[in-house]
Amino acid sequence: MEDWKSTYRLLTHCKHFFHRRLSPNFHNSKPFCTSGSRNHCSQPSQLVKPYICNFQQEFQTFKHLPVSLVTNPWNRCRSQYRCFASQASIIQRRPDFSTISSEDLSYFKNILGERGVVQDEETLDAVNTDWMRKYKGTSKLMLQPRTAEEVSQILKYCNSRCLAVVPQGGNTGLVGGSVPAFDEVIVSISHMNKIISLDKVSGILVCEAGCILENLIAFLDNQGFVMPLDLGAKGSCQIGGNVSTNAGGLRLLRYGSLHGSVLGLEVVLANGTVLDMLGTLRKDNTGYDLKHLFIGSEGSLGIVTKVSILTPPKLSSVNVCFLACKDYASCLKLLLEAKRKLGEILSAFEFLDHGAMDLHYLLCYVEQVLKHLEGVRNPFPSSMHNFYVLIETTGSSESYDREKLDAFLLHSMENDLISDGVVAQDITQASSCWHIREGIPEALMKAGGVYKYDLSIPVEKMYDLVEEMGVRLGASAKVVAYGHLGDGNLHLNISTPQYDDNILSQIEPFVYEWTSKHKGSISAEHGLGLMKANKIHYTKSPETVQLMANIKKLLDPNGILNPYKVLPPSLFTES
Amino acid sequence: MKIMVAIKRVVDYAVKIRVKPDKSGVETKNVKMSMNPFCEIALEEALRVRESGLASEVVAVSIGPVQFTETLRTGLAMGADRAIHVEAPENIYPLTIAKILKALVDVEKPGLLFLGKQAIDNDQNQTGQMVAGLLKWPQGTFASKVVLDKEKQATVDREVDGGIETLCLDLPAVITTDLRLNQPRYATLPNIMKAKSKPIKKFTLQDLNVEIKSDLEVVEVTEPPKRKSGVILSSVDELIDKLKNEARVI
Repeated sequence: MEDWKSTYRLLTHCKHFFHRRLSPNFHNSKPFCTSGSRNHCSQPSQLVKPYICNFQQEFQTFKHLPVSLVTNPWNRCRSQYRCFASQASIIQRRPDFSTISSEDLSYFKNILGERGVVQDEETLDAVNTDWMRKYKGTSKLMLQPRTAEEVSQILKYCNSRCLAVVPQGGNTGLVGGSVPAFDEVIVSISHMNKIISLDKVSGILVCEAGCILENLIAFLDNQGFVMPLDLGAKGSCQIGGNVSTNAGGLRLLRYGSLHGSVLGLEVVLANGTVLDMLGTLRKDNTGYDLKHLFIGSEGSLGIVTKVSILTPPKLSSVNVCFLACKDYASCLKLLLEAKRKLGEILSAFEFLDHGAMDLHYLLCYVEQVLKHLEGVRNPFPSSMHNFYVLIETTGSSESYDREKLDAFLLHSMENDLISDGVVAQDITQASSCWHIREGIPEALMKAGGVYKYDLSIPVEKMYDLVEEMGVRLGASAKVVAYGHLGDGNLHLNISTPQYDDNILSQIEPFVYEWTSKHKGSISAEHGLGLMKANKIHYTKSPETVQLMANIKKLLDPNGILNPYKVLPPSLFTES
Repeated sequence: MKIMVAIKRVVDYAVKIRVKPDKSGVETKNVKMSMNPFCEIALEEALRVRESGLASEVVAVSIGPVQFTETLRTGLAMGADRAIHVEAPENIYPLTIAKILKALVDVEKPGLLFLGKQAIDNDQNQTGQMVAGLLKWPQGTFASKVVLDKEKQATVDREVDGGIETLCLDLPAVITTDLRLNQPRYATLPNIMKAKSKPIKKFTLQDLNVEIKSDLEVVEVTEPPKRKSGVILSSVDELIDKLKNEARVI
């Protein structure tokens, strides 16, 4: 993660160089699709050179040592920046939204002070762009409130002025939900980062929404608790954003979704009403449980300002093993065995296919060559296997857990479910195993263009999609699959040398139709955001979508909160 | 030739160390314990020598309470042929450990003794040197490269201030390993299973005729002082004032 962050910093550092290459037609309409065009540049800046090399060619043949990559990278350097230029469903800026005037600015400065109103171009550029640098808004204003009261005043004013607002946390979302589509005012909750209380008996944590997940994890660790969710972006993502996205992550198998672990929320509605639902009770059957509306609604119904969350106690015995399987059927049998034989100590069951593993090896190699760093210690000397499974157990007794794990592993080996494997002997080895799984999204980003799909599919059919997609695309793209097998969540990634509309038309709508046909969900844990707002029909019935639209209209009649996202914008234009 | 490798069980490198409330030592209850990283490197080097055909057997030894056998199991899973566990209390000091190791060398008669250069828990960095002294064997400490030849000689590169020192040792010898010597392997599943049936021989201190006595007494263990958080100053004048009056450096 650190490596990736430094790369990202370098990239933002050189933003002027990307900036002039942006498409000019950003102002009134936004072609809205998952593809884009990729800019080629002949003279990349010196600083950014080694980090944005296009590895795609080496990706195919990296075993033949890409020496040219080091000696003469210039001709391969291309910017990873994307802008939107495609024919697909163009969305229009809603004409009824106002634009920011100087009175608005002075009003905001009055509430928040000079420091809470950000107009500095460099900062705005970063918050206008999403993590994948796939979506880019043109907002001219970011507000940084420090209290729910300030959020309330901001929203009340924006609602009366009909100014559109996009709430933003750590901006690590993958579907364009946290960046403006046009010139919406960005309300960043980053400064609301106080931990309010922790009940050391029940493990109930109350904190402000802008707390960074990793900080919460570190805080709880000292107190003997853990967060019920953990994800690759933990160093930047914020709990408010996690709740609003209903982020799943690596521990969902053990601790369940946020609908279960979030006990209460404080939310500010579009009209400025502060809804205090900040309960700290496990059981509370008084009327409709409204907090659930705000978990996973991606900031389209209200801005989460405080969270109360149930945290499980930290258990001392953690074991990680990284196993190789010869086929997908073995992975499934292994999952079943793990559930039966490991039972209550099973805490993660992740899988990746050989495409993902290849990518990992390539990245390690490149890191070693470019940065003269020692790569991650690889558990397997080469990627000889078809599938890899990472299993984590968490329990309270080292010897008991180890005995269970050993029995499970022995049984699985005897039944030929595992072809090879390692068991981490210390924490460093365990984190190396996790690093492989968690590092794939970064590796994909560095490898060229990537189309990401986050699908829930019945597990037994899950890999059929990957295989069918591989056949459809042939040699034009590399299909990489990984995900939370234990939760039936597939991350399907199609890696291409560059973004290409022909390839996109091969993927979409096929991937959505296939998922729909097999009763899956087109968004398992990433949300819909801007990317899939129009695709909701693939998973939800028209009646359901209509009810959602009615709820949205009830809570946010002017539609100022995170517009164009989650639900198809067409539902709101007629009225 | 037989190679003996000494292995210590320590608080895992990645665990944040906590001092016991009564300041008598470091908290080890409910804390992940693992093989000392330098010992892991020593074992890896021994396995590589065996794989190159210059040694026939690798014996892992560990001295401590019964839980130390778990760490020996890890060593066996990495590839050691057999193991010896000497039952002893925790926190014994280097000279005693060196005496026990010498006694074991007298029993096993290895041609080479590998140790990590130091254990990461108390950083004493003495055992290897002491055992070489007791055995009157040549020693190559802080090895970053080890080459053995058939004439029973070892060439050892040592990382010293300002460069690399290369030594030539006659075997039998003691070699202690530094961080950059190698990257230890993972314990693979088939080897973990095989390790279950490998023998771990037990010795007591009486068997080896070693007495524990220490001239040292730990008075107190405390955490390092917490770093004070920085402050942001608003002007150069303020900075100069702080440097003059608070830090007293100008």
